[in-house]
Amino acid sequence: MTVVVGIVLFPGSNCEHDVAEALELLGATPRVLWHGDATVADADAVVLPGGFAHGDYLRPGAIARFSPAMDAVSRFAAEGGPVVGICNGFQVLTEAGLLPGALQKNRGLSFLCQTVEVRVESTNSVLTSAAERGQILRVPINHFEGNFTCDPETLRELIAEDQVVVRYVDNPNGSVDDIAGICNRQRNVVGLMPHPERASRAQLGSTDGLVLLGSLLAAAGSRTPIASTA
Amino acid sequence: MSAFSVLVEVSLRPGIADPQGSTIERSLPALGFDGVEGVRVGKAIRFSIEAPDEESARKQVGEMCDKFLTNPVIESARVTIESGRS
Repeated sequence: MTVVVGIVLFPGSNCEHDVAEALELLGATPRVLWHGDATVADADAVVLPGGFAHGDYLRPGAIARFSPAMDAVSRFAAEGGPVVGICNGFQVLTEAGLLPGALQKNRGLSFLCQTVEVRVESTNSVLTSAAERGQILRVPINHFEGNFTCDPETLRELIAEDQVVVRYVDNPNGSVDDIAGICNRQRNVVGLMPHPERASRAQLGSTDGLVLLGSLLAAAGSRTPIASTA
Repeated sequence: MSAFSVLVEVSLRPGIADPQGSTIERSLPALGFDGVEGVRVGKAIRFSIEAPDEESARKQVGEMCDKFLTNPVIESARVTIESGRS
């Protein structure tokens, strides 16, 4: 039995095949799920891929959070199921209230498409359990609205609860405290702006994303909620 | 039921960096417009709504803002309501 990963396809998503390919490379079975169906089917983990769900109208993720699939994803997450939002998927998770904070326009108003270095800050999440704390990963970013923002109290909580999962080594977009990715208190929902699936083959210039996706598959395989250190 | 025209002005909360506003502010002096400060960029959403009275319309619009039209983490809204269709 291989691990089944549901990848939610919204109108305007454009990274679902990249995620599927990278997961297949690791031996998983990707299952693309239509956003209009209120189910995650037989998925052991769920990925919300990058792109421009619903055209990013109003705000990135603002309309996607009302897609029927998101009710199912929320229930899956509440039951401890591993959920990862990549780029636009991160934006959807914040809009849906599954992760705190918001992602606003990059400082400097540039659309950023480049490979950046991120540092693993916590290995206590479904996306980083196989990585090492302090490990530097080269992973591409590709976004206009990746500038993570939250109020000071939320930031204090994120840090105190070890919910900052990855930080930029050289902050490209103005994110508060160099934050590139965070997890929820239960550590089974992770959102990040960098694209691990685009760092999955040597031909792409980096394979550093595999340790992240591999962590997700390990979490999905066990389906045991990871205990909080808090 | 009566018709009301609604204007929702969405803006970034005070303290939230506004890169569009600051870029515009920095550009204006180059065009000879000096003395401009506090530029903030937002969006305007207009629509008509049928409601028993203005208070009810305002309540509904308030809920729309909280649930959908704004992201309360970074944005706030100013609502203007007038009688009649927009």
